[in-house]
Amino acid sequence: MGWYNKRLAKSIWVFHMSGSPCNNCDIEILDLLTPRYDLERLGIKLVGSIRHADVLLVTGIFNQKVAPKLKRIYEQAPKPIFVVAIGTCPASGCCFKDSYNAVAKREDILPIDLYIPGCPPKPEAMIEGVAKLVEVLNG
Amino acid sequence: MSLQMVFYLLVFPGLLFTAVLGLSIGWLDRKLSARFQYRVGPPFLQNFYDFIKLLGKETIVVRDSVHSLFIAAPFVAFAMLVCISTLIGVALFYKQGFLGDLFVLMYLLMIYSIALILGGSATGNVYSSLGAGREIKMLLADELAFILICLVAIVKAGYEIGLAEIAAVQQARGAFIASPSGIIAFLIGLICIQAKMALPPFNIAEAETEIVEGPLMEYSGPPLAFWYLNHFMMFTIYPFLLILLFWGGFSANGLGILWFSLKYLLIVVVMIILKNTNPRVRIDSALRFFWRIAFPISFIALVLAVLGV
Repeated sequence: MGWYNKRLAKSIWVFHMSGSPCNNCDIEILDLLTPRYDLERLGIKLVGSIRHADVLLVTGIFNQKVAPKLKRIYEQAPKPIFVVAIGTCPASGCCFKDSYNAVAKREDILPIDLYIPGCPPKPEAMIEGVAKLVEVLNG
Repeated sequence: MSLQMVFYLLVFPGLLFTAVLGLSIGWLDRKLSARFQYRVGPPFLQNFYDFIKLLGKETIVVRDSVHSLFIAAPFVAFAMLVCISTLIGVALFYKQGFLGDLFVLMYLLMIYSIALILGGSATGNVYSSLGAGREIKMLLADELAFILICLVAIVKAGYEIGLAEIAAVQQARGAFIASPSGIIAFLIGLICIQAKMALPPFNIAEAETEIVEGPLMEYSGPPLAFWYLNHFMMFTIYPFLLILLFWGGFSANGLGILWFSLKYLLIVVVMIILKNTNPRVRIDSALRFFWRIAFPISFIALVLAVLGV
């Protein structure tokens, strides 16, 4: 898989799904995809359908209602797929960790490969995270 | 002879040449679009990386889909495009053809659209079938004007219906684009290929922000890779067809290759500028544009061509 992963690292298509966030991270992801940061020069492209995606970006604490949908979206993705969790919420629960409807263990819903903490993380931090993913793929 | 045919089909004007040139010109499309938005843009080999990556992904066949149709559609479309590129390329570069190959070409182009429609409606997805429906309407919209401008080229060439003969007449008597009917037909043809390639403002069937890629939504892995390749192969096929029909074809002597490349690049750049400066139109306004404006204008061009102007 080493050879293929190197090819994959050059062309990462991203699908964005929000798992009950406060929307700040989502807005920051949209900032990331603007001409100012120009992710297309790294081969990263936002796609509209999970069937085309290589990376699933998720935000937020996963609450009871959205968790089955997240799981289903993940299962609909063609493998190999990597899950990148944006923001402090998926990493620690942030200020919503004691919320009545948050799932107990987010790792049971999705196998998260990379956490990018921050509330919300700056686009530069997300680019650094993606660069780390590329580094791992390159071996 | 048969070995030569295989060479035509698989290497020079056919598969390999069209695919490599198409993916490279696809880079020009993405790079210029990026410069329009003050971005840096992707590296030169980006489309090749994307294609190879998609070949290695998992293929998901949707349970509710018509499995055989779903898988066959992109490959049928790909085969059609290889045939079309061979027909056009052989007429352009080798000055060969058979009687009525322009009509065969029109049918093959239609089969490509039909493959897209069948592939989209085979998935069983609501958005895909919406996209397939829109593709049918776009086919109804642009086909009439497209056939009329092909007829203009036939009439201008003295009622010759072979691609090679049309090119030969232009080599002898000057390109059709220099005449009023020729230039009108060429401009309408430019808009028609914009619609046939589903580029903005006519990317109605594959509207990413509205019906999430339409017919391609449920595709993944190698079938998606071939839809991707098909899209970029059309970047060579349609400009070549326009040059062949109206702009003097190809001559291998001296500056001929340079002129041909410049003409090709000019057509592609105009298409990219049109793509980047126009928002997507609605399906009804596209239909109205093609039937109420493009059709009468191309009909006028045909009448002018019959009158010999």
